[in-house]
Amino acid sequence: MTTDTVEPVVAADYKAGVRGTDEPPGRSDLGMAMIFILPATIGFLVFYAYPFVRGLYFSLTRYNLLGTPHFIGFDNFTRMVQDNQFWNALLVTVQYVIYNIVFQTILAVAIAVLMHRLTKSTLVRGVILLPFLISNVIAAMLWFWLLDYQIGLVNEFISFIGLDRIAFFGDSTWAIPTIAMVNVWRHMGYTALLVFAGLQTIPEYVYEAASVDGSTEWRSFWRITLPLLRPILALVLVITVTGSFQVFDTVAVTTQGGPVNATRVMQFYIYQKGFVQGEFGYASALSVILFIILATVALIQLKVLNAGESDLA
Amino acid sequence: MATTTTPARAAIPTVTEARQGKGGVNWGRVAAWAAMIIIILITLFPFYWMLRTALSTSKSLFGNPSSLLPVDFTTGAFERVLGTATQEEAVAEGGSGAEVNFWLFLRNSFIFATVCTVGQVFFSALAAYAFARLRWPGRDKVFFLFLTSLMVPPIFTLLPNFILIRNLGLINTFAGLVAPYLLMTPFAIFFLRQFFLGINKEVEEAAKLDGAGHWRIFFQIILPMSTAPMVTLAILTFINMWNEYFWPLLVGNDEQTRVLTVAIGVFESQTPAGSPDWAGLMAATLVAALPLLILFFMFAKKVVNSIGFSGMK
Repeated sequence: MTTDTVEPVVAADYKAGVRGTDEPPGRSDLGMAMIFILPATIGFLVFYAYPFVRGLYFSLTRYNLLGTPHFIGFDNFTRMVQDNQFWNALLVTVQYVIYNIVFQTILAVAIAVLMHRLTKSTLVRGVILLPFLISNVIAAMLWFWLLDYQIGLVNEFISFIGLDRIAFFGDSTWAIPTIAMVNVWRHMGYTALLVFAGLQTIPEYVYEAASVDGSTEWRSFWRITLPLLRPILALVLVITVTGSFQVFDTVAVTTQGGPVNATRVMQFYIYQKGFVQGEFGYASALSVILFIILATVALIQLKVLNAGESDLA
Repeated sequence: MATTTTPARAAIPTVTEARQGKGGVNWGRVAAWAAMIIIILITLFPFYWMLRTALSTSKSLFGNPSSLLPVDFTTGAFERVLGTATQEEAVAEGGSGAEVNFWLFLRNSFIFATVCTVGQVFFSALAAYAFARLRWPGRDKVFFLFLTSLMVPPIFTLLPNFILIRNLGLINTFAGLVAPYLLMTPFAIFFLRQFFLGINKEVEEAAKLDGAGHWRIFFQIILPMSTAPMVTLAILTFINMWNEYFWPLLVGNDEQTRVLTVAIGVFESQTPAGSPDWAGLMAATLVAALPLLILFFMFAKKVVNSIGFSGMK
């Protein structure tokens, strides 16, 4: 029924959503409600609330997974300040996010606008979505092969047109952009469909009016489409940037953080610290920092891009 | 009405018509289609290359890396992956000869993704019903609390959850694998609550007059009326669960509980270092991707249309 229409945006509908139905106070279904929400509440308390508090506590401990956590105050955080690996991980992650988001957003908007102006075909949209259906792991393997130094198709082509082969995953300057591109390939169609859904909320008469005034498609895009798309684009960005900061799978199956430290992104560093080197307390402290960064970035984005307000009103 | 509006509308050229005004070829549109076709090619070609590689032998790939057709056509790689090739055959074609238990991993992925999806959608629906349709004190506050957990990045709760599952002795069990996903996700509850809020109250009131309790209303009215959003949510959840890598890597690395994404990572790390078994790897990724691709072809229209803002994770 409503699946064909654009469902209200998560954050924009936040306030309205929380209010719930306007019913007069009266009899209460408390007992019944308790039964209905029991499984979900157990899930929430055990796997969201409890680990949240516990994660905060672990970040203040030294914990090697075998013994018991040993409380050390803020030592993990002061240690982080002097940890070059941490700063490197942060830098590498930010580089990744920039490459990933810039290219993904531009391509997604381009694809969405093209689809919007050219075809409403479900087939085209289905094709565009295809890479999203395979896992990060598979996408990573596939491009690992396509970009192989010796016999990967892309390098075959590069050498065919007379240029030097590129060690996409093995060269420290190429590794991060390459991993970013792999994930752009996987996510651009999905992001494009989100933008596409946003485009469909812009009424056609706006374009018709612009056309009557002699506006070109190019100008209409900059003067109409982009401004009207802004609130939706803002939300898309909040979602994609948050996801992008948590890159892990692609790194884990291709470069393992290398060459040297070139692709040791935050989440991979957390994984190594916690599960390979057994410094679980430190890993937890790192994830606290990642959480704070993500929350801050999301808040700034929502503020700067004014996500809640639509220019169509 | 129709007679007055139709000519008026016809007089205003649509954007595309305006661009075609001068007669002859509309170059803007040609360029746009060209761009669209390039994007579709970039999306689809890697899938073809996967198939082409999987139908070659790894050894002969080195001799002819850029042939558009399979080199030394064989289904050997698939036989290797599915365990029907002997060890000698596998080694002869450039495989590692290590035993791959693909059917087992496929089964594991199915169990993991299906149990998570069914549990999550059902229990979230129960909770969503209590948040949307029942009256009880503190309802909206509890809902808001559930929603806040959308802000916490998975890695943050993942570390303590791992400790919990480990202390419960559930590492390498399906119980441990599905536990964090089984009972709820904040998004699923939010998504379904939005829909339940929109269902007409009168049907429910009528049922109440007939003496139906909340269980009967939920199972016989709400659920049947909500199949569309439930299926949409289930498909999106299934895709996410099928592609999940980090959690199964930590909790289910044993053969008996290893899912496909983890298995592919292992398969890759076992392949001979100097000359990777690309044909085998591509066959493995293709087989791993196939169930989702089939699911997609069955429900393509539904999936594509569901990706609006409701489709966000």
